[in-house]
Amino acid sequence: MVKFWRRFPLILASAFPLVGLPLTAPARAAAPATAPSESANTDTATTLRLSPGQYRQTIADIFDVSIKIQERFEPEQREQGLLAIGARTENFTNNGFETYYRIARGISAQVVDPRHRATLVGCAPRAAIGRDDVCAKAFFSRVAPLMYRRPVTDEEVARRVAAAGIVADQLHDFYAGIRLSLTEMLVSPNFLLRFRGMVPDAKDQNRKHMDAYDKAAQLSYVLWNTTPDPKLMKAAESGQLDTQEGLEQEVDRLLRSPRVADGIRAFFIDMLAFSDFESVSKDPAFFPRYTPPIKDQAQEQTLRTIVDHVVNRHGDYRDLFTTSQTFLTLDLAALYDVPLVDTTDNGGPQRWIPYTYPAGDVRAGILAQASFTTLWSPPARTSPTERGKALRQQLLCQRVPPPPGNIPFKFVDDTANPDLKTTRQRLLAHQSSPVCAGCHKLTDPIGLALENFNAGGELRATENGEPIDASGELNGKPFVGPLGLARVLHDDPAITGCVAQRAFAFATGYTPPSNDARWQKIQKSFADSRYDVLALLRAIAMSDLAYSPLDAPAKPQ
Amino acid sequence: MNAFIELMTRRRLLRGVLAGGAVSVGLPILDCVLNSNGDAFADGAPLPSRFATWFWPCGIGEQDWRPKTAGRDYTLPREMQALQPFKEKLNLFSGSQIFLDGVANQTHFTGVQGYMTGRVTGSGEYFSSIDGNIAEVIGNRSRFKSLVVVVDGDPKASWSASAGGKMPGEISPIALYTRIFGPGYSDPNAATFVPDPETMMSKSVLSGVSEERAALDRRLGAADRQKLDYYFTALRAVEQQLEIQLQKPSPLPSCTKADEVTDDGHPISLVNEAMERHDLFCSLMTHAMACDQTRVVNLAMSQGMTKFRREGDATGHHSYTHTEPVDQALGYQVKCSWFQDLYFQHLAKYAAMLDSVKEGDKSLLDRMILFAFTCHSAPRLHSVINYPFITIGGANGRMKTGMHFPTPGDTAARVTYTVQHAMGAPVGAWGSGTNRVTSPISGVLA
Repeated sequence: MVKFWRRFPLILASAFPLVGLPLTAPARAAAPATAPSESANTDTATTLRLSPGQYRQTIADIFDVSIKIQERFEPEQREQGLLAIGARTENFTNNGFETYYRIARGISAQVVDPRHRATLVGCAPRAAIGRDDVCAKAFFSRVAPLMYRRPVTDEEVARRVAAAGIVADQLHDFYAGIRLSLTEMLVSPNFLLRFRGMVPDAKDQNRKHMDAYDKAAQLSYVLWNTTPDPKLMKAAESGQLDTQEGLEQEVDRLLRSPRVADGIRAFFIDMLAFSDFESVSKDPAFFPRYTPPIKDQAQEQTLRTIVDHVVNRHGDYRDLFTTSQTFLTLDLAALYDVPLVDTTDNGGPQRWIPYTYPAGDVRAGILAQASFTTLWSPPARTSPTERGKALRQQLLCQRVPPPPGNIPFKFVDDTANPDLKTTRQRLLAHQSSPVCAGCHKLTDPIGLALENFNAGGELRATENGEPIDASGELNGKPFVGPLGLARVLHDDPAITGCVAQRAFAFATGYTPPSNDARWQKIQKSFADSRYDVLALLRAIAMSDLAYSPLDAPAKPQ
Repeated sequence: MNAFIELMTRRRLLRGVLAGGAVSVGLPILDCVLNSNGDAFADGAPLPSRFATWFWPCGIGEQDWRPKTAGRDYTLPREMQALQPFKEKLNLFSGSQIFLDGVANQTHFTGVQGYMTGRVTGSGEYFSSIDGNIAEVIGNRSRFKSLVVVVDGDPKASWSASAGGKMPGEISPIALYTRIFGPGYSDPNAATFVPDPETMMSKSVLSGVSEERAALDRRLGAADRQKLDYYFTALRAVEQQLEIQLQKPSPLPSCTKADEVTDDGHPISLVNEAMERHDLFCSLMTHAMACDQTRVVNLAMSQGMTKFRREGDATGHHSYTHTEPVDQALGYQVKCSWFQDLYFQHLAKYAAMLDSVKEGDKSLLDRMILFAFTCHSAPRLHSVINYPFITIGGANGRMKTGMHFPTPGDTAARVTYTVQHAMGAPVGAWGSGTNRVTSPISGVLA
């Protein structure tokens, strides 16, 4: 290290202290020559790419919520039902990286613009027309640990300060130096990827556990959907996260915070496949009420319902499918034919108004909400098959086989057939083909229960003048309508097993090993809590399993 | 190289480049102008070849569309009549298939996976498609190694893949326009060229990421080290972009900046709206190639199971392929045929755009291959036999045109293998299992 500084007198002319102490993230007690994760004998680290949501929240937290990201991120890859698993397996592509680079340039330009520089750079250069290594060092020492989610070495800081200084000298602009160096950090793998690095256990060299800083990042992203805050970094640094008591203290602190709502939202956005809304379109000729704002409000309604139920009420997860409590805007109320009155409406943006459906109302529960009924419908008609398949795959973690090659669809889409007026009648005719019947028995009886909602999310009682029959069947149990479906789901262990599995995978990037006693303990904790999702997250966060090396299942061939 | 030397090298480079002020460090080929005949650069180097892919959904239909004769003396199928003006500039390939080798046929996917990547698998993996391979060969001297767009607003509908995996498509014409003609674009016909000092700095600073690699490699297991390889490949592509922006581009008389666009890329299911966007994308890509911003472009209309519909009709093209009976008098599915005709009309429009760009003694279309492909020939059955492939353009003189090549019983991978050869991609054996090929289709290459 010393040798490095001695041989670098020209660029690093100003007096650097030996260690680049982060201002908001704690430095280690003894200055490390390299980052702890690097110096540890770790050769088994796996990586997970930050999701677009995590990226946005991280930038907002490190810099400011006013930093705008206009570009679309590269679409994420869904694996085994979750984007969080795809985040572990997907590779960078040229186009995708180019997008990250453009996003990075946009962010760094805003950080140093005249509006933000005083606050976000945090110091003023002696002269804005050239280098100021002291100010640059203060900036990078502060933001680098937050961006890399670990202490950074003095060499890492020095590299950025040196590059910023060269640019500042050449372009006669201190802020250009900060901007370009920050851009480089924003596209660094150390920022874009988070790590699951394993280090040998101090007590048992044959066992490994997760590096404390990586553990902090995992905790923070699952519970808050963002980078670790200074307290969590401090807990990693002090070794607190390596003890059960210390871990419990931090997990409970994170869970008590209102920011846990961000983690819950991120989890359900992934589990409910809301990213697929990007390619949803509806024909305005059929669904004039389904406008772009409704598309956004439909998702927001479901997320507000979930956060209220899970975070504010510590409700039973199974009751999400029957809950009569929700939130509506005037536009959504019109869509659902709900007589909502907003007495404060003065022409401003639509407000979210708490609303409780009368007992037994068909619109209760999240499956009846437009987020589900519109996402899983083609542009101009309903598809009970798509809805049923989505429910099986996204909410029950069950696989529906792909359709066979030779599909005689002649009944399904013949919406003008005078003898087959309803979707149910057409699907039943379709199922007369034995090739199709097997899979459709898995999907259609579920999806048909939601036929009171058209492909635009609107409530309807008839189709082509024929009354809709919303009866269905799941696991041999008959029911009628979404509430009937929800009641049967309530008693199906797959519904709670699935959310537990998905929550673990959301946290770690891996599906849980089903035979591991630690996994069974997590499931028991969830059941004992009466299926409180926060209790589930706590059980996962407290389990050694979440911080252990995990294996990916073999890819199907 | 230790950190000190690396930093010093970068520092010297930065100062050295800047000391030169406006003097660019151009690649020889880009500093040249055309020779007096206009058929090559002044130093004799050939004008660049280009490559385009164009995916249309749901094939042709149940009927036997294959021309009865092979070679030059054939009649274009009724379904492709819109392409008649380009008959002498195109080749039609019929009859080939993808061998599943025991793998389940994932409808609208496995066949394309087979001929675009040479492999069929039971999973959704999709790596190194032919356009990705070709871009590795011809795409390294343009600002963008390749461009990928999807018309209907679903970025995942792309069929383009590098070695790292599928490349999502750009769905917004505004975003594509900004990427090509926004910051970083320099007019090749401008009287002066001054390299942007900030671009020089950006490139040098960006190269600093590589200094983190050794530490990362030490941390990671084998799979994640490979992930890092893909990361650095992508990083180099951006560095290449910046490097090219620092070079004075060759004058290209046919290059004009495209008009600005207003379409934001919202999801589309109405096919007429989709075709408007299609034409917009094709225009932007034509301008991009004419201005040598890229040499490889890829367009997909939508997923194979397309949502395209006609206005006022709840049933879409894909559904009609399954539900519509063959009209006994006409011998084909009338509603499906309407969609196919529309797609080919717009393919012809694209070809006309490319043909209108003159580069010396040839048109841009002559210097390229526009490769049109689909997910199934007869989509009702989801069969993986008798794929229709169309190539338009002569690959800069490397491909004969004006012919029909029926190859019944052969793997469709041989068609794409042939295309790669025509584009100069040095492919030896390609594909796996029964789809492995080692030689191109006879008589295609010039």
